[in-house]
Amino acid sequence: MNRQTPLKVLIAKPGLDGHDQGAKVVVRALADAGFEVIYTGLRQTPEAVANIALEEGVDVIGLSSMAGSHLLFCTRLAALIKERGLEQKLWLIGGNIPVQDHQALREIGLDGIFPTGTHFEEIISFIRENAS
Amino acid sequence: MTEYTEDGRVINESGIEIKKVYGPEEVESSGGVEMVGEPGSYPFTRGIHKEMYRKRPWTMRQYAGFGNPSDTNQRFKYLIDNGQTGLNVAFDLPTQIGLDSDDPLAEGEIGRVGMAVDSLRDFEIAFDGIDLEKITVSLTINGSAAIAMAMYFAMAEKRGYDISRLRGTAQNDILKEFIGRGTWVFPVEPSVKLVCDTIEYCAEHAPKYSPVSVCGYHIRESGANPVQEIAFAFCIARAYADETLKRGLDIDEFAGRLSYNLNIFGNLFEQVAKFRAARGLWAKIIKEQYGATDPKSMWLRMIAGGGGGGLTFEQPELNIVRGAYYALISALSGTQTMALCSYDEAYTIPTEYSARLSLRTMQLLTDEMGLCDTVDPLAGSYYIETLTNEMRQEIEREMEEVDQAGGIVKLVSSGEIQSKVSAQAYQMQRDIQSGKFRKVGVNRHRIDEEEREVEFHSYQEEDAQAQIESLKQIRRERDQSKADLALTRVKDDAQAGLNVMPAIMEAVKAYATVGEITTRLVEVYGCYQEPIRF
Repeated sequence: MNRQTPLKVLIAKPGLDGHDQGAKVVVRALADAGFEVIYTGLRQTPEAVANIALEEGVDVIGLSSMAGSHLLFCTRLAALIKERGLEQKLWLIGGNIPVQDHQALREIGLDGIFPTGTHFEEIISFIRENAS
Repeated sequence: MTEYTEDGRVINESGIEIKKVYGPEEVESSGGVEMVGEPGSYPFTRGIHKEMYRKRPWTMRQYAGFGNPSDTNQRFKYLIDNGQTGLNVAFDLPTQIGLDSDDPLAEGEIGRVGMAVDSLRDFEIAFDGIDLEKITVSLTINGSAAIAMAMYFAMAEKRGYDISRLRGTAQNDILKEFIGRGTWVFPVEPSVKLVCDTIEYCAEHAPKYSPVSVCGYHIRESGANPVQEIAFAFCIARAYADETLKRGLDIDEFAGRLSYNLNIFGNLFEQVAKFRAARGLWAKIIKEQYGATDPKSMWLRMIAGGGGGGLTFEQPELNIVRGAYYALISALSGTQTMALCSYDEAYTIPTEYSARLSLRTMQLLTDEMGLCDTVDPLAGSYYIETLTNEMRQEIEREMEEVDQAGGIVKLVSSGEIQSKVSAQAYQMQRDIQSGKFRKVGVNRHRIDEEEREVEFHSYQEEDAQAQIESLKQIRRERDQSKADLALTRVKDDAQAGLNVMPAIMEAVKAYATVGEITTRLVEVYGCYQEPIRF
């Protein structure tokens, strides 16, 4: 990869869940790794996430979900991603994502799934290797 | 987590260096035994009651609630049948942030992480057949706590209970929601006003009810160390007390009903010292700074439990063992109430099996391990007494720092506290990943593990639909003009700056819903705009 400007990463908190410690530490880790990071704060709708991703021209859309509503949210967001022509963006999710949901999430269009406990380095390398 | 340096030093999570051996000199040089006292007497370091568990073991109050109120009612009865002595109600996220189940934002969230509540009818169903004088109920709700409390009181009154004799607790600590957990609704200032409305209302009408449980717990989960957990919680409690005093109440009219929710994960001795230090310091603050004269006002009453922040996804059965050690910490700390995170709680709503296992963990301590035999069994240990003194001094220093920076309300409004704890959480995470802080199963003693499927509490779409149907039925069947009138009064009283609790009581009795009441309050108070800081 050879680019002058840093990759731009969106970290969003989908839905009503208020547990943001994980999102915030990932934001800090990505910023320290040299990415430009936009953090949305809590209670984002699929529309809000898609709009911010489009307006900010991000390279990566990252979600942090802890309270179990990831499948419905991602299904909604997938439709908007398609509608807004954002399919080429790297799409990631982290948090409390049980293994039995991984396949469904990949089918919806998620590129990377990073359950709680994932090392920062793993997320950072994944973005470096896969985002363009 | 405790730091073990390369040159052999040991530093606890609060930053206090631990010596190889403690003796009388350490106790003396750390401040002596002046603050130790006797159990049941000021400054209550050894416990708020003279006989503590010898007279009555701690209340066992596992967090429970999911799906519809009838699902939750069944789980409550299961736990009570298994020897649980209190209830700790989990609400779903729409209820916690003031949305009705038919709100578009509630889709997919109805009954997911707790029980769905729209109207008084749901409280009637959830507590059906449960004796509210025998089983005390704790409502884990904050942003919409005033409404949930009003529903609880209205339900109790309807069943013939005298609310002036009713015991129970509402979490209702909104300032910590801005730091961690995130179920805020209104901006900071009116949110604090609402908390004080409930304190004032309870002082007059429900003097045995605890309207607030100040939570160091979630602040710690968000990245605070044990000293900060207590310091920030005390600053928050003082903020509520200061606002309530401005209404002309005497400190002794309400301080005795303020309670705490504190965390139990981490180094055992550090936590036990933390609780003992906190008890002495809180008594001192309430007596010396607020001039309370009733000893009960000086009591630090608490639920010490949970411990979720210490549990791991790796080797999850270790969480059962961790839970047992955390329960031991809680028992040694002299808590009034205990709740343990179940081993599967990081993933999902606990199964009946895992909830019962947590309950049995506590029962083992009371029935087999002798934790109720005598009061404050670690008292007099050179190490514990020294550490208690040191922790108390550190908590005071941290509180002073908050005061000098403008006070907790200002720091929460600006997002500075949030930023501080999240920076610490980040550092902690890095130190765990690098192996600097030891975590069994994570950076030490790992085994090759395949990601395992857990028994998952699945979302019941038909339960969600049934909840929406029942809400619609309430709206059809209630006396609409009565509900409208009551809702108008909620808005008018909020506008006039009055205590809104009487109006909310009237509204819930007219079967106005959580969402309708919240909307009226939002029209006056506005919505919180989160400062985007990380």
